[in-house]
Parts: sequence; structure tokens; C-alpha cells
Amino acid sequence: MTLKRAAAITGIGELKPTRNPDGKTTLGIMAEVSRLAMLDAGLVPKDVDGLLIGPPIVEMVPMWPSVLGEYLGVHPRYSNVVDIGGASAAGMVWRAAAAIAAGHCRAALCVTGEASDVETFYSPRARRRSQLPYREFEVPYGPMGVNSGYALIAQRHMFEYGTTSRQLAKIAADQRTNACANPDALFFDQPITIDDVLDSPLVVDPLHLLEIVMPCTGGAAFVVVSPEAARQSLRPPVWLLGAAEYATHMMLSQAPDITTSPIAVTAPKAFQTAGVSPEDVDLVSVYDCYTITVLVTLEDAGFCSKGAGGPFVAEHDLTYRGDLPLNTHGGQLSFGQPGLAGGASHVTEAVRQLQGRAGSRQVPNCELAFVNGNGGVMSEQASLVLGR
Amino acid sequence: MAGEEYRKPLPQPSETSRPFWQGTQARELRLQQCRDCGKRIFYPRAICPFCLSEHLDWVVATGKGKVYSYTVVRRAMHPAFQEDVPYVLAIVELDEGPRLTTNIVGVGPEDVRVDMPVQAAYDDVTSDITLLNFEPLLGPEMD
Repeated sequence: MTLKRAAAITGIGELKPTRNPDGKTTLGIMAEVSRLAMLDAGLVPKDVDGLLIGPPIVEMVPMWPSVLGEYLGVHPRYSNVVDIGGASAAGMVWRAAAAIAAGHCRAALCVTGEASDVETFYSPRARRRSQLPYREFEVPYGPMGVNSGYALIAQRHMFEYGTTSRQLAKIAADQRTNACANPDALFFDQPITIDDVLDSPLVVDPLHLLEIVMPCTGGAAFVVVSPEAARQSLRPPVWLLGAAEYATHMMLSQAPDITTSPIAVTAPKAFQTAGVSPEDVDLVSVYDCYTITVLVTLEDAGFCSKGAGGPFVAEHDLTYRGDLPLNTHGGQLSFGQPGLAGGASHVTEAVRQLQGRAGSRQVPNCELAFVNGNGGVMSEQASLVLGR
Repeated sequence: MAGEEYRKPLPQPSETSRPFWQGTQARELRLQQCRDCGKRIFYPRAICPFCLSEHLDWVVATGKGKVYSYTVVRRAMHPAFQEDVPYVLAIVELDEGPRLTTNIVGVGPEDVRVDMPVQAAYDDVTSDITLLNFEPLLGPEMD
């Protein structure tokens, strides 16, 4: 397949350049040109389901697509930052076309913008300054990074569904059992019990220290190849069977619902593409920055009904020996979270298990894995179904 | 304040958001309302995220709402908040619909509950900035 006639550009928006920002912010400028382009194309925000951004040079902040998407009311099923300097805009065109050809989105908004002048551009201090809504409307109230965001989700989940700290702690304890079978895990050989989790200090209510991921150093990579190359591979190929992505907010206060995540959209689509359902899955390898992340993921991905996650994790054995093997490498809670490589560990572990090289923690006859990546405060979700 | 420097991060109002912060100084909770589609909007934007209209009017909200969720922060991320721990960070859902991040004040962390009725409480942290906190709603049912 080529991208010949795979997509077309139907609207543009552009501002006349000025020497100085004159009170405009980077976000404001990006919103302004986005509006112009959407109007030019005859679209409103809910029509747009792809969002590609060339990152501004003087305002390098994480997660630009969810920042701009939230501001505009765009909920992308395909988000991308295209960071190839002056080639970014051209790069966005074919990436958007590729996503459209693959059926991941129908209308992709590609955006660049910069609120800069000569002085700002060359000032390192200015590059750290940011006028994003998060800085203006959350940071002054003292959030504890994303920790407090997940605590807010957990508290609301407890209120709506009666979920308990003991049920959440079970997730951390089971994953530690897995880490104790993984010599590469940060917390290998350091078993913990549910009571250990509950006895660890409350950091940000209702989350205890041992329910919170620990930053560390590390890295992960993987290679994705064509079907032709896969057939000649040294290892058994692990096939992508289904995938979907969706983002709805950057700040938790802007989430449509804080106890139901975009996974409720992405997981069903990934399963549908793969032609399988949660009960067919041999391995669950899902993002676990906090215990509550896993609980909400299991519910929204359809492993149990909404709100039933607490009893569900209490009743199932989540270890590699159990009836629902989950995060067999220990998860990020026990394997470690080396930046974005923490999210990648869910992919690498699924590959190991599907290739049958997970050593003493190998899940027998592992043929199908569900992988989920999570960004922000349950803001951006990417779900995968992988199989042999 | 009283001569002491405020060390916590402050909002930097933009052209778009300035009316909101002028509102808190005047003890008013101001929201935007789209003139074209009627939707109420928070945080302040230049563009309606529902219909792309640029015609957003400022309206004064009741300042009342409910605790949608909350947490007690026991270890501060920013050093200037360390003296306040434990403090309550919350999302409040306004009676008008929008939700926002705030602090719950005037009540001990152990007495905050999800769904608790609250009202705006204004804190003049500097001569330029008044933060919007919330406190338990004072009303007949609370007497």
C-alpha cells in the first residue's frame, strides 16, 4: 500500500507573523490557527479526531496534543508530536494520511505555533516559562504532580462504587509477587503483603506509598517490521492484532468523567479489530502508575463491569500463576518506572510472554495479550491486542 | 501577606483569563458563556470548545457547588506548600456545571467528604492575585 490519494488537505489557517507576541500565548496562537483551519474546512471540534503538533521551541512542555485538544474541545483518536524541526509540517501531512489510511482517524488537524521574539528565543529562562492552563488554574493550588490526580480518581471511585483500599492494595501485592519472579525488576526479592501496602504511609489520600510508582533510570526499545520481514524473523513474530487511541483532557478537572477513562473507547475498538474479547486474553499488560490505574483499566477494558473492579481484583489471582496473569514483570509499581520506558515495559513483557521466553514467570500457552498505555491523568489512552 | 513574600506559584493572567482573576479580586466567580451555543465554559478560553464561536460573554456564577472529589496532600511537591501539609486539594463541580481544581479551606481534612456542598472563598495572596478556594456551604441546613 502507498499513500497515493490516501488523504487530502481541505482547510488551512495562518496568522500574519509579528515581531513580538504582543500578549499572545503559544497555546492561544495554536488555538487561533486551529479555529481558522477548521472553519476553512467546514468542520467543528467534534468532527476532528486526529491531532498532530509541531512542538513550539520556546515552550517545550509535555503532552502538547492533550493540552491543545482539551482547549479546543477536540478528542483525538490519533495524537502525535512531530518533532523533526523545519520538516515537521511536511512530516505531519503524510503521518496524518497514514493514520487516515489505516482507519485510525478521519480528520486530522495539524498545528504549529510560536509566541516568541528575538530576546525570548535566546533566553534559556524564558523557555521554562509557561502560560498553559495547568500552570494558571491548577499549580497555584498545590497539586502533588500527577499523584494527586490519581488520588482524586481513587477517592471518587470509592464514593461511586464502594471500592476499598484493601482491594487496591491487592493489586500492588500481586504485582510484587510477579516482580519476585523477575530478576530484572527493581523490587526483585522484596515481597510485600496487602497489609504492608496498607501500613505504608498515606501520601495523598487515599493512596499509600506502595500504591505509587517510583521514578528510576532505565530504557526500552522494540522493532516493528513488515509482514515479509516478520516471516524471516529469528524470533516468533508478535503480531499487532488491534489498536486504538483516544484522548479527552489534560487536566483532570476537564475530564468528561474521572472514574471512566478513554479506555472505554480504545479497548473495545482494539478487541473488535482483533476479533477477540477480554475473556480470550492470556496476559494483561497494562499501565500501572498507581493501583487505581489498573482497577479502572480492567473495568473500562471490559474484564469486569464498570464499578466491579474492587471485588474483581480481590477474587482473581493476578500473579503469573493465577487465573488472570497481570503485569507479570511486576508492573511499573514493582519493575520500576524509568520515564517513558515504564510504559514500554508493558509492550516488552507482552512480547516476552508471547514468545515464550519469560523464564520462571512464563504464563503457559500464552497466545494473546492485552496491552494498554496511559498518559497524563488517565488522559490519553492507547490500547493494543498482540498475538502470536 | 503583610510584607512577607508569597513563595508559591502564582497564576500569570493572560488577556483571555484576566476577567476571571479580576472577578476573584471583586469576590465574584466569573465564568464564560458562549453567546452562540449557550454553553458555560471554564477555564477561560478565546474560543468556544463546542462551536468555535469567538463571542464569549462573562457571567457571574453563584459560587456554589459540591466537592466532586478530593485528596489530602501529605507531602508537598513544591517546597512552598510544605508548611501547609496536610491540605485538601479538590475538584469542585459548580452548580452551573463546570468543574475546577481548588483547595477546600475552613474545615479539617478529616471532615471533607465527596459531594459536600461548598461555596467560594477568596484568598488575596498578593495585591494582584486572589485565589479561588472553597469552604463548607453555610446555610440553614448546616446550623
